[in-house]
Amino acid sequence: MPSKSYSKVITANALLNGDVIYLNAKGGWTRQHSNAKIFHAKKDAQAALNTATAEASHVVGAYLADFSDEDAGPKPTHFREVFRTKGPGNYFHGKQAEAKNVSV
Amino acid sequence: MYQYNGFDTAFLKERNLQFRDQVQRRISGALSEEEFKPLRLMNGLYLQLHAYMLRVAIPYGTLNSAQMTALASIAEKWDKGYGHFTTRQNIQFNWPKLQDVPDILDALAEVEMHAIQTSGNTIRNVTADHFAGAAADEIEDPRPYAELLRQWSTDHPEFQFMPRKFKIAVSGSAKDRAVTRAHDIGLLLKKRGAEIGFEVIIGGGLGRTPMIGKTLCDFLPKSDLLPYVEAIVSVWNLLGRRDNKYKSRIKITVHEKGLQEIQRLVLQRFSELRPQFKGQDQTFLNALKKAFATPAWIDTPTTTFHENYATYPNFKSWVDINTSPHRNNDYAIATVSLKTPGQTPGDASSAQMRVVAQLAKTYSHDELRISHAQNIVLPHVHKSHLFALYNGLYPAGLATANAGLISDIIACPGMDYCALATARSIPVAQEIALRFKALKLEHDIGPLQIKISGCINACGHHHVGHIGILGLDRAGVENYQITLGGDATETATIGERAGPGFDASTIVSAIERVVFTYLDLRLSYLETFIETFRRVGAPPFKAALYPDASEGKNAA
Repeated sequence: MPSKSYSKVITANALLNGDVIYLNAKGGWTRQHSNAKIFHAKKDAQAALNTATAEASHVVGAYLADFSDEDAGPKPTHFREVFRTKGPGNYFHGKQAEAKNVSV
Repeated sequence: MYQYNGFDTAFLKERNLQFRDQVQRRISGALSEEEFKPLRLMNGLYLQLHAYMLRVAIPYGTLNSAQMTALASIAEKWDKGYGHFTTRQNIQFNWPKLQDVPDILDALAEVEMHAIQTSGNTIRNVTADHFAGAAADEIEDPRPYAELLRQWSTDHPEFQFMPRKFKIAVSGSAKDRAVTRAHDIGLLLKKRGAEIGFEVIIGGGLGRTPMIGKTLCDFLPKSDLLPYVEAIVSVWNLLGRRDNKYKSRIKITVHEKGLQEIQRLVLQRFSELRPQFKGQDQTFLNALKKAFATPAWIDTPTTTFHENYATYPNFKSWVDINTSPHRNNDYAIATVSLKTPGQTPGDASSAQMRVVAQLAKTYSHDELRISHAQNIVLPHVHKSHLFALYNGLYPAGLATANAGLISDIIACPGMDYCALATARSIPVAQEIALRFKALKLEHDIGPLQIKISGCINACGHHHVGHIGILGLDRAGVENYQITLGGDATETATIGERAGPGFDASTIVSAIERVVFTYLDLRLSYLETFIETFRRVGAPPFKAALYPDASEGKNAA
């Protein structure tokens, strides 16, 4: 049963460069969290996570993360996931410096 | 310095070839991540928050200029132009790509370096006093023993899958600069009459359950070192808890079994092992001692040093704060600060690495050290060269005079990089350093060690900071706990928790209140923070941190 309180995305790291990636609505992976698929049903999310973990040898450490469903797209609700969408704070490196959608 | 022999070179070449093949098989899909993960960790490759991280061992913190230059080149070619020096005298590269790592390891091998056993449940990089071989107060250079332990422990078949990681530190001075009492084994060279032996301390460690190590053997003959250390690790390897990683370290084993029982078991095992060591280790050790022979000191007047010291106040300040007494009175040990206020503690750019490598080649008998405090040390600088060294460091942003002062903060990478972190460390360190720079109080405050960890694993040594800061996740918000009165030296002490934590916006002001309380309470400028804390205890500091509580109100 979909629930408003249940709101997750599937995220992982890319095998080759370790970059943070998200499962999108087409079943592929995106580097942009705004393109991630939001799951509102625990059963669907778990099934998608199982598939992602089993099938995608080019992703590492997939897990479910809390994201809210906003008009502009999924938004991280925990500060750890906020940092993962940007990169480190001490240098302008990582996603914040390379904000472009590149296929995994 | 130790130089690789044919065996070392061949061993490393073989290991690197193996890993190259393992990486290829992972990328092709022949290996799953579950299969690959232990293989990459054996070679120091972690997957962190935003990217891979490669941790490279710097054995007992000793480097030559060619090695430092190679690290600079690796950072430039395969990373983002900088490296992070850690509290275990290693360097970490934060952005390597998986397919590049075999090439990086080959580049390291060219300068006799590697990343083996910088991760996993093995004996990790053996650390040592960063002033080893140079300090005026040293009984004996601990590095030959550290190198002996490094070679003995590298790929040791019995110790590749232990209950947990195992850390050994060695010091050759009564003044403990290697935090030996917070290691699984701490080895302290000491004198008994004319004889030199080891005090063997076990069961120290920080992390979730911080403990100061206990003396297992008060005076171990040096020739018994390897069989005795092997006996300790061997006993723990069998006894150590494999069912609960939070109870797996030897500190818990010692705590649960009792020191006497561990002593009994170690001696029993030692009696089996000792006869197997028939002297080859001592022959090898003697060869190692030659590799760490005293440099050929230069003999030249120090007149210009004294003139410059009297003439240039900034140089005088740097000499007063960043140099330490050398065993040769015409020399000094120079600490190159990687803690310019606002900088990330322990980070050096490729350009800075090259500058300091060249300066070490010219002015420090080609030697550099990495300290557990995340600074670089040039151990052998003739006093007549100090002014040139200072002038060489200055334009590279490496001449900050703050060694041991409030802005010389130890900080782990925290949640800016680390996948295990529960909060950020780096911005807290940056803000504290900048706050006290703005207040212009640093030199008045004097010696004060602030240590910050971004999680309970305590890579930032917060338990033994005079002021420790632990970053936690409290209901989805970064929260910082303060500990007071910790000590990392020969009088090692675990700091006591002050009270409820502070959020990211109030932690720096809280630290400021602690420091102002010290300034109010000290008997004179000669009484350091830790001395004042020991004299008056925690209550006045707690009152400053939690004024509402001291007035009978709730401290949130």
